[in-house]
Amino acid sequence: MMKGLLEYMGTEPGRLHFSWISSAESTKFVEVANTVAEEVKALGPAKHFIKEKAEVA
Amino acid sequence: MLEYVGKIRDIARRLLSENKVDVVIGFRQGTIPMMSEPAVVSRPEDVDELYWDYNCGINLTNYLTKRTDRIGVVAKGCDSRNIVTHIVENQIKREQLYIIGVPCHGMIDRSRILAALDGQEPTAVVVNDTEIVVTGPGFERKFNRQEYLQNNCATCIHRNPVVYDELVAEKVEEQKLDDRYADVKKIEAMSPDEKWAFFDKILAPCLRCYACRNACPLCYCPTCFVDESRPQWLGKSIDPTDVRTFHFLRAYHCAGRCTDCGACERACPVNIPVRLLTKKLNMDVEDLYGFEPGMVPDVRPPLDVYRPDDPGGFIK
Repeated sequence: MMKGLLEYMGTEPGRLHFSWISSAESTKFVEVANTVAEEVKALGPAKHFIKEKAEVA
Repeated sequence: MLEYVGKIRDIARRLLSENKVDVVIGFRQGTIPMMSEPAVVSRPEDVDELYWDYNCGINLTNYLTKRTDRIGVVAKGCDSRNIVTHIVENQIKREQLYIIGVPCHGMIDRSRILAALDGQEPTAVVVNDTEIVVTGPGFERKFNRQEYLQNNCATCIHRNPVVYDELVAEKVEEQKLDDRYADVKKIEAMSPDEKWAFFDKILAPCLRCYACRNACPLCYCPTCFVDESRPQWLGKSIDPTDVRTFHFLRAYHCAGRCTDCGACERACPVNIPVRLLTKKLNMDVEDLYGFEPGMVPDVRPPLDVYRPDDPGGFIK
């Protein structure tokens, strides 16, 4: 549902990924990490949720 | 609706003089038109303060949180669902409450009427079955009541209270609607960039006054995440990123709990349609979990419990 709301507000599908990987599933980890990297690369650099000016504390 | 007033006063007088409750929480007339305000009455001689009209959109459940006395509370359909949510979330006990149920005809949208008056100051507003008659110095305007209902009331399907000890009138007929989520679906059909631009535009006037949060009966945390400073979850400025994060998280905290009472939108001084966010979550909760908040007294909200068959399509 959080992903749903983020995408509803304009975050690109494919920017946010969820997965459940056990510490014993090394191959699954590699697979998922690669897909995430590929999909995010395809979308290009993030445009949203970035503050351009440094916030003054 | 005005016929409810006498009945509400009678019930309140009886409850207070028979010492069934310590206070009655209801509405009284505000000092300006279209601004009925919450009132807490504790003496039988004061019950004539109580009032009911088409401007009682504030959710009275907000005034129940963690009270320890016995309370008579006036509740519309949405208020009663929030009372259920409060009971489920241990914010009040059912035994403390005497719920005076009010079958609701929908509240009128003050902000749209004021906008239509274009700066003219109304001094009296009378609502009948079909029309809202607004009068002021040198003018009289009529509005169609159904068209000028609050947006959430126009799409409401639970006008009658779901829990009550006594009703002030016969139940009203529930609305039959083709699609309650048309506005949400319209946004869903946009491309990601259009969506982003759309929300940039509607969130732009936000001043971070937190009126939406304060009016919301779900927002009872002793310290809200926006006020926390250790750790500071999000920036306190009106930078668009901070504003968006605030609205995103505020809505998400209401996921599976929101009854679409419209208190947030009504409270907003700059008319941001904040319900577009909570409504999307309501739609998803209905689709994914088949759950409507505040309808059954002993079921915890879906995001609060784990079930093996919880939808997990988003997990790879």
